[in-house]
Amino acid sequence: MAFTPAKETYSGKVYPVNIGTGDSAVSFGGENVLPFHTFEGATPNRPIIAYEIQDVPPLDWPENAKKPFEGVSDDPVKWAKYCQDELKAKAIALRLIGTHPDRENRSPEDAAKTVKDVLAAIRVPLIILGSNHAEKDAVILVAAAEAAKERNCVIGKAQEANYKTIAAAAMANNHKLIAMSELDINLSKQLNILVTQMGFDKEKLITDPMCSALGYGLEYTYSVMERIRLAALTQNDATMQPPLMGDVGMYVWKVKETQAPESDLPHWGSVLERGVAWEAVTAGALLVAGAELLIMRHPMAVEAVQKTIEELM
Amino acid sequence: MALSGVEIFKLLPKTNCKKCGHPTCLAFAMKLAQRQATLESCPDVSEEAKRILGEASAPPVRPITFGTGSKAVKMGEETVLFRHEKKFVNPCLFSVEIKDTASESEIADMAAQVAGSEIDRVGQKLRIDGIALTNASNDAGKFEAAAKVVAAKAPDVPVILCTTDPRAAETAVKIFAGKRPIVYGANASNFEAMANIAKASRAILGVAANGLDELSGLTEKIKALGVEDMVIDSGARKAKDVVEHNTFIRRAAIKKNFKPLGYPVINFMQRDNSLHEAMIAVFGVTKYASIVVLSSIEKWKNLALFTLRQNIYTDPQVPMQVEQKIYPIGDAKADSPLFITSNFSLTYFIVSGEIENSKVPSRLAVLDCEGLSVLTGWAAGKFTASKIAQFITDSGIDKEISHKELIIPGYVAILSGSIEDKLPGWKITVGPREANAIPAFLKARAS
Repeated sequence: MAFTPAKETYSGKVYPVNIGTGDSAVSFGGENVLPFHTFEGATPNRPIIAYEIQDVPPLDWPENAKKPFEGVSDDPVKWAKYCQDELKAKAIALRLIGTHPDRENRSPEDAAKTVKDVLAAIRVPLIILGSNHAEKDAVILVAAAEAAKERNCVIGKAQEANYKTIAAAAMANNHKLIAMSELDINLSKQLNILVTQMGFDKEKLITDPMCSALGYGLEYTYSVMERIRLAALTQNDATMQPPLMGDVGMYVWKVKETQAPESDLPHWGSVLERGVAWEAVTAGALLVAGAELLIMRHPMAVEAVQKTIEELM
Repeated sequence: MALSGVEIFKLLPKTNCKKCGHPTCLAFAMKLAQRQATLESCPDVSEEAKRILGEASAPPVRPITFGTGSKAVKMGEETVLFRHEKKFVNPCLFSVEIKDTASESEIADMAAQVAGSEIDRVGQKLRIDGIALTNASNDAGKFEAAAKVVAAKAPDVPVILCTTDPRAAETAVKIFAGKRPIVYGANASNFEAMANIAKASRAILGVAANGLDELSGLTEKIKALGVEDMVIDSGARKAKDVVEHNTFIRRAAIKKNFKPLGYPVINFMQRDNSLHEAMIAVFGVTKYASIVVLSSIEKWKNLALFTLRQNIYTDPQVPMQVEQKIYPIGDAKADSPLFITSNFSLTYFIVSGEIENSKVPSRLAVLDCEGLSVLTGWAAGKFTASKIAQFITDSGIDKEISHKELIIPGYVAILSGSIEDKLPGWKITVGPREANAIPAFLKARAS
C-alpha cells in the first residue's frame, strides 16, 4: 500500500509581529501551521530568544545564572551591551524588578531613566517588563512606555487588573503589548478581547499564557499553548492568533533542580549542567507547544535552544 | 480505516438484548467507536463481524511489550495527537547506545549507569529503560561477545540489538532468548532473513527505511512473513525530519487507522554534545517517539528528560498528587513555622518553592485532598477543618515542634474558627491567599 502523507491545511494563521527598529528589527510569528511543520505550510520567521536583564543587580538569581554576567550585571546598561555585543542577543528583555514595593521600590522616574539609558546603548529590540505587581506596574510601565517612544518595544505584562492603563500607554507610544493571564485558555481569550475592545490593534499583541518550569506545571503551559495555537489555526479564531511568549528564565531559575548542589543530591548530577538543561528543555517544550518569543537567562541554554531551532527549520 | 458508530451498528445482531450492559445495540456501537467498550461484551456477534470489527478496533498504534520481568516496558497503544485530548498512554522509552567496540569495562560501566539511573519523582520510579547495543565494528564475533557482556552486566534490562547483518543478529539474539529483545534490524535488502530471525526468537523486529513510503511497504511485507511486533524507523535523524515523519506516522495511524505505520516509533537521537542531544530528545518525547536512543546518560540529563516525559505523559484529567505528610523545608527547627496546603502537586511545588525562596526554614503539612487545589478541595469537602485537625493530630507533629501554631491558606480563612475548635490549644493563623506572598508574609512575621 503506497503511503500518501496526510498534510493539513488550516484556515487561520498566527499574526507576525515585528519589534525594534532599523536593521536590528526582528519578526516572529506569521506561520499558518503548527510549530515547525514546515512541510505543510509557511513558517516565515524563527522563534526569537531575548536575554533577560534587570534594573537592579540579580542578587536573587542562583549562582550559576548570575555567573555569566559577573562584572556587567551591576549596571543594566553594561549588562544590555554585553548581551548584544558579546552574546549576540537578537533582543533584550529588561525586567524592572527593582520597582516592586517589596524590593527596592524604585520610582517611575528611576524606571524611565533606566529604560532611556539602556535604549541609548543598544540597537536590538527591547522588551520592557514590570515587576509583576499589578498596581505598581500600571504606573511604572506607563512611564517606561513613554521613555521608549519611537523604539517599537514590547511592553508587558498587561493583566486583567491593570490592562487599561498599560495598553493605553503602549498604544500611545506605538509599542507592542504582552497580555498575560494565568494558565487558562478562556482567560487568555477574554483578556485579548478586552484589550482589543479598547482600540488596541490585535496584530500588536503577544499572548503570555503564563510560563511554568519543567516539573512544576510545565504540562499546563504546554497544553494551554497547544490549545491556543489549534484554536488560532483550525478555528481561525482571531482572538487567539497573536504569537505566544514563554517567560522561561524567571520560572526556571527559582526551582530546586536549578539550585540544589550535587553534594546534597548526588543522584541529580552536576548542578550547572542540570540548571542549564532545565532552562533549555523547558524552552524546547514550549517551542513545540507554540512559543515564538522566549525570555531566557543562561547563555549556554540560549545557545542550545538556538542550535535546535536551526536544526528544525 | 476506523469505523463509525453506524458502520459498527450494521455488523451487530441488532437485537437490543442488553447483555452487553448497554440499552441498545446502537448505544453499544457508539461506545465501540469511541473505544470505550470491547466487542467481547456481545455474546451473539457473528464471526464475520468479529473479524471485520477486530481489525478495525485494534489499537491504531500496536501495543508491544519490550523486555520481560520487572523491567519490561509497554509501547504503543496511543489514541490521540495532542495530550489535552486524552492521556498519552505508554511513556516514551529512553535507551542508551553501547557500541560493540567498547571494552568490557566500558560496557560494564554503562550497564552500571543504567542500573543506577532510577530516581523517584512524585511517587513514580523513573529510569533509563533499555540498552541499544550497536554493531559498530561490523564484526559478528565482536557483536556476540559484547552482547554476552551486556547480558551478564545488565541481566534485566531490555535490549535492542542493532545490526543489519543477519548472521550477527542470529547469534546475538540467542543470548537474549525468551527476553523479548528488539532486533533492529530489517531493511529493504535483508528483511526476509531478519523477519525469520525475529519470528524464530519471538523478538520484536526493528524496521528501518529511507522515508515513509518505503517504510510502510516494508512493514507490510514483513507482516506477510508472519512478524506482528515491529518498531519503526523512517530514517529521520535531523530534528526537522523527526518532527515531520513522526507527525505523519501518528496522523496516519490515528486518523486513517493506516496499519502499515501503526507501530511504535524508534528515533536515534545521538549527538556529540550532550545538551544538544537532550534538546533533540525533547522533540522525540513530545512528538510521538516510543523509543529515543541516546549516546550518554548523565544524571543531570536523565533528570531533565525523565521529568519532561512525566509532564507530557501525565493524564490531563487526573491531577498529579504528592504524598500526605509533613515536609521540612530548609533546616527546620522546633520553632519553625508550620504551614498546611493541599496535595495537588502544582500547589505543593509552588508553595514549597515560595517558602524555600523566603529562606525561612519551615514545615509544610500536605493534606490528601485527592489532588484538588485548596479552594476546589474546600468546595468539594476534601480540605475541611475536621480532616486538617485529624491529620495534624495523627501526625504527632506537636511532639517535634515547640509551638502550636498552624498557618492556613488565605483562601480558606473561613476555616480558622472551626479548626481551632477541633484542635484545642492550637492557634490558627491565616496566611496569604497566593503563594507568591509567602516570602513577604514570613519577612513581616520575623520583623
